[in-house]
Amino acid sequence: MNPITRIHSRTAVLADENIDTDRIIPARFLTTTTREGLGKLCFNDWRYLADGSANPAFPLNQPAARGCSILVAGRNFGCGSSREHAPWALLDYGIQAVLCSEIADIFRGNALKNGLLAVVISAAEHRWLLEHPGIELTIDVQGQFIALPDGGRIAFQLEPFARHCLLNGVDQLGYLLQHAEAISAYEQKHQELAA
Amino acid sequence: MSARTLFEKVWDAHVVAPQTADTPAILYVDLHLVHEVTSPQAFSELRERGLRLRRPDRMLATLDHSTPTLPTHADGTRPYANAQAQAQVTQLESNCREFGVELHGWDSADRGIVHVIGPELGATQPGMTIVCGDSHTSTHGAFGALAFGIGTTEVGHVMATQCLLQPKPKTMAIHVDGQLPAGVGAKDLILHIIGHIGVNGGTGYVLEYRGAAIEALSMDERMTVCNMSIEAGARAGLIAPDDTTFEWLKGRPKVPHGAAWDAAVERWRSLRTDDGAHYDHEVRIDAGAVVPTVTYGTHPGMAIAIDAPIPAATNAQERRALDYMQSQPGQAMQGTPVDVVFVGSCTNSRLSDLREAARVLRGRHVASGVRMLVVPGSEAVRREAESEGLDQVFLAAGAEWRVPGCSMCIAMNGDLAQPGQLVVSTSNRNFEGRQGKGARTVLASPATAAASAVAGRVADPRPYLVEAA
Ligand code: SF4
Repeated sequence: MNPITRIHSRTAVLADENIDTDRIIPARFLTTTTREGLGKLCFNDWRYLADGSANPAFPLNQPAARGCSILVAGRNFGCGSSREHAPWALLDYGIQAVLCSEIADIFRGNALKNGLLAVVISAAEHRWLLEHPGIELTIDVQGQFIALPDGGRIAFQLEPFARHCLLNGVDQLGYLLQHAEAISAYEQKHQELAA
Repeated sequence: MSARTLFEKVWDAHVVAPQTADTPAILYVDLHLVHEVTSPQAFSELRERGLRLRRPDRMLATLDHSTPTLPTHADGTRPYANAQAQAQVTQLESNCREFGVELHGWDSADRGIVHVIGPELGATQPGMTIVCGDSHTSTHGAFGALAFGIGTTEVGHVMATQCLLQPKPKTMAIHVDGQLPAGVGAKDLILHIIGHIGVNGGTGYVLEYRGAAIEALSMDERMTVCNMSIEAGARAGLIAPDDTTFEWLKGRPKVPHGAAWDAAVERWRSLRTDDGAHYDHEVRIDAGAVVPTVTYGTHPGMAIAIDAPIPAATNAQERRALDYMQSQPGQAMQGTPVDVVFVGSCTNSRLSDLREAARVLRGRHVASGVRMLVVPGSEAVRREAESEGLDQVFLAAGAEWRVPGCSMCIAMNGDLAQPGQLVVSTSNRNFEGRQGKGARTVLASPATAAASAVAGRVADPRPYLVEAA
């Protein structure tokens, strides 16, 4: 994974609450066996009309949302499935960060492991961002704050380990593999207990 | 040692390296369940990195999500929804061969939905940590296991190291006092609970269901309850193992036998939460107040009594949900015309669920214009149901009797509803498009689903059950 220190972009807003993983990527597209190319399917049933043309009512189809890599989403974004296809699809679509007052647990873990910055902010700040789409933000991972155009800041917190991995591009599997000895010791003890 | 909860006992016993200020805990995984949808990228990653499976003996794989539930064609080919679905299944078969993983594939007499066959085989045991790339892994918590869904990156972590990096969750006790009324089941109870605590009420918590009404549940019913923990945002839900658990597990292929069984039961008995143990949050539910419950919106928290008026929308999101469902505030869900009825999924596809549906359907017929699918959770369930003649009850009533799989729960395999159709479904998710683009899902118990099939409208099963008794 590449290190991620800061993300700078205008925001796009999807204000709906409880946007679930089936809306991010419908289940019928999960027959893929790779991670690539899911961006074109991201939000598929919301984004396209029945004839395959762009749905003008889908907020991310608005001209102003084009090229935005920071998504401000309604409360409880990413609820539902553990499918990692959801963050893969968002990243491939061009979203690099999701800001929300509450983010579903498994989705958030999956997102951070893939370098999709899933950031929880306070309800009041969240409301303000929802009401101000298109605002230009810089998310600073090192400093754990979001810089607003007027110089204001929104503080946020990442788990120290997730932050460390993002900043240094640490691969968590590599980290786990370093603990092979402890794992073997555990297995030995465990087997005795179970015997 | 201070009093600990069931969750804490299981967690503590699996810590390889404890959580620190800077790093999450490293948690050992006893059982890793695998299916075709969330594993291919993880196997590929292992291959690219030249890694092997650390403990293939602790893995169990099955085919369920993309698999057809219609029988094999005369020429021996299977009616896959498309070539990609078939390729995904073929890939799991070859991955399991290459890496030496036990696969319950097409030729296995035990194939079925991953969360149905784990317990059936006795692979699921009290006190274990169990993971799978599927959020309804919480089902296995019914046995007092700590079981939760993981993403594909984590599937790779477990494959290579048998461990996960985990922050320790908080604990929530859900005390269910009293007794469920007649004609009201585990599905009604869990929908009622989610309606009560909300679709994100469990976020960050592991739930422990406890109290008289929980202890009175059968294992099938406990699995239904734990299955839907994720729908309240919780990663896992557990129930303390007891005699009901041990009796259910005894003699299954993968549990210990003889003296080792007795020793295991002894160990498992000590798992229950100690008196005086502390939970981070506690909720009380009165089982006596639960009635047949259904959903009216587009997430499982939008659940109400079948005859209660649908609440008016309080925000744009709820308005959108009501519009999508064509639900009318002030009216009850009862009486809403139905197009499709689905009995199946890891929530409600076990033998007792099928019996419940059959009890309503026996001697009756599915209303004209309604399509009903009954999809057993596993080959074992199918065999037992057929030996009891349940298949004949379904067929005589005009329902379709399928081979095991996830089917319309996730609508990946070609079993799906058409845009606008209303589905009364015993599955676990009523998200927009979950059962087909534009399809409208009403979650319900098997009895309510069957009664709705007969009535052609969302119907209270209690009158049907009384007549049937
Ligand atoms: S039945 Fe549904 S919830 Fe259960 S494993 Fe299959 S897709 Fe997932």
